[in-house]
Amino acid sequence: MRIKHDSSAVNSDMIRRPIQRWAPLFLVPMVAAFLIGFVWPFFHGLFLSFCKFKTTSNWEWVGISNYEKALQDQSFMYSFGFTAVFAVVSLVLINVFAFAVAYALTQKIRGANLFRTVFFMPNLIGGIVLGYIWSMIFDGFLGYYQTSILMDKEWGFWGLIILTCWQQIGYMMIIYIAGLQAVPEDMLEAAKIDGANGWQTLFKVTIPNVMPSITICTFLSLTNGFKLFDQNLALTGGYPFEINPDASVVRTTEMLALNIYNTFYGQNTASRGVAQAKAVLFFILVATLAIAQLTATRKKEVQQ
Amino acid sequence: MKGSFQKEKLGKNLTTVLFILLSIFYVFPVLMVVINSFKVNTFVKTDTFGWPTGESFAEFNNFITGMTFGGYPFAQSVVYSIVITILGTALILVFTSMAAWYISRVDSLVCRIVYYGCVFSMVVPFQMVMFTLSKTADTLKLNTPWTIPVIYLGFGAGLAVFMFVGFVKGIPLDIEEAAAIDGCNPFRTFFSVVLPMMKPTLISVAILEIMWIWNDYLLPYLVLDRTEYRTIPIHIQYLKGSYGTVDLGATMALILLSIIPVIIFYLTCQKHIIKGVAAGAVKG
Repeated sequence: MRIKHDSSAVNSDMIRRPIQRWAPLFLVPMVAAFLIGFVWPFFHGLFLSFCKFKTTSNWEWVGISNYEKALQDQSFMYSFGFTAVFAVVSLVLINVFAFAVAYALTQKIRGANLFRTVFFMPNLIGGIVLGYIWSMIFDGFLGYYQTSILMDKEWGFWGLIILTCWQQIGYMMIIYIAGLQAVPEDMLEAAKIDGANGWQTLFKVTIPNVMPSITICTFLSLTNGFKLFDQNLALTGGYPFEINPDASVVRTTEMLALNIYNTFYGQNTASRGVAQAKAVLFFILVATLAIAQLTATRKKEVQQ
Repeated sequence: MKGSFQKEKLGKNLTTVLFILLSIFYVFPVLMVVINSFKVNTFVKTDTFGWPTGESFAEFNNFITGMTFGGYPFAQSVVYSIVITILGTALILVFTSMAAWYISRVDSLVCRIVYYGCVFSMVVPFQMVMFTLSKTADTLKLNTPWTIPVIYLGFGAGLAVFMFVGFVKGIPLDIEEAAAIDGCNPFRTFFSVVLPMMKPTLISVAILEIMWIWNDYLLPYLVLDRTEYRTIPIHIQYLKGSYGTVDLGATMALILLSIIPVIIFYLTCQKHIIKGVAAGAVKG
């Protein structure tokens, strides 16, 4: 496959051979860290999802029973539903607002740079800190009614939505601005000359041209929604809890990542196998979204 | 014609007004942190939105108690956060850019496996590896602020390698060939010819890694020995998450101290940050 007889191949061979001798310096350190920090933990985790274990050295093969238990776990299924609804609602809100803001900011309004700076700012602050800042604000409001965000799952849900929107609108806005600035000027000009009004130009010219940005932002916000952890832990921590008749506990604002975390590191260390199985399912879900995104982007590229 | 022009002008002014209101909503939470960090603990909850005056004004007491609050010196967690962020980012930049160059120039089977492995790692959520990773880190003694950067290099390699390979592929080979003919060995070719050309991507990757590592909570929480080493996010989580009385005033003071450097960093490197984020998102 590498044997090409054109001159460029000969030339690149002149580069390739000497570089290969330097592999111990150039490639090995990164690969070694990658094996330690990713490859080994990944396959080890995959293996342990079929085992019963408390520590990694003390395991017993149990086949797919962890997966069965995970799928029968009410709290896991609940958190899946909660996360899915959360991800879709936040996806819609974030993208609508981010696009609207980006569109307005590219219309040469006064102070556009300042606004862009302000809207992007929350992205620099970590999830844990953001969670506590907003928990203070929500509780400040709800305190007037002698209650707290930890008391009602509806508040918890919308609190998380507000926090996520506040954080991510600025991020998506940046991507949309880049997309909008790449819309060919002459196309907009032509639409104007042909007598298209603002809405027609927006839907017939601008939006089709920023479809790649829309795909990226849609999937990014969806994946972010599914993977949300720090903000969830800091803002609601899963509260309020509901206790089922069978004494099992459902944390009503607990999202998938937090549910997996709590299963791993909760009181019941016997459930670590189940937790690892949940983590594998979670990985499959996130990877599927990524593959869907890839296919969607590829399709768009072919069409254009 | 004149009418529509005026209408457009009015529309733009209305948008500006709307955006000013929206900006206030955006700055409001940060402003609340500032105000409440000067408030006596009990008033943070009962009078969150009030100005600290008279009996609710705590002067700088929150900052003073905050320094040793939670049985752990805040300054120490700041130092650890800085050490981990700088070492982690430096390791990632140096070794992934080298590996990316090697991968795209040598392009052997091993290179392709490593490259696709990196791409694959980008879609794996941390929860998938967190338990086994923290055990591996413990076994290999990678659980200190000076060694955890290796974990960051391993787990964060994906995006960096992906972005660097994308860039290196676009660099014409002629330049490196000229360097080779002039007698540069690969080491010199890389560091004095290729690396300077990679500067824009280096900055983008650096920004993304700094933002990730500085704010990262779960990875250091699980990997580090928490009795000894706490980063800022871990420290803040301990303050609020711990049972017993929570001093909200002191917590807000520490939150303020922890976001001031971030905001200064943002305002000074804003252009690079926004460019880096856009590049990372479009490619990832």
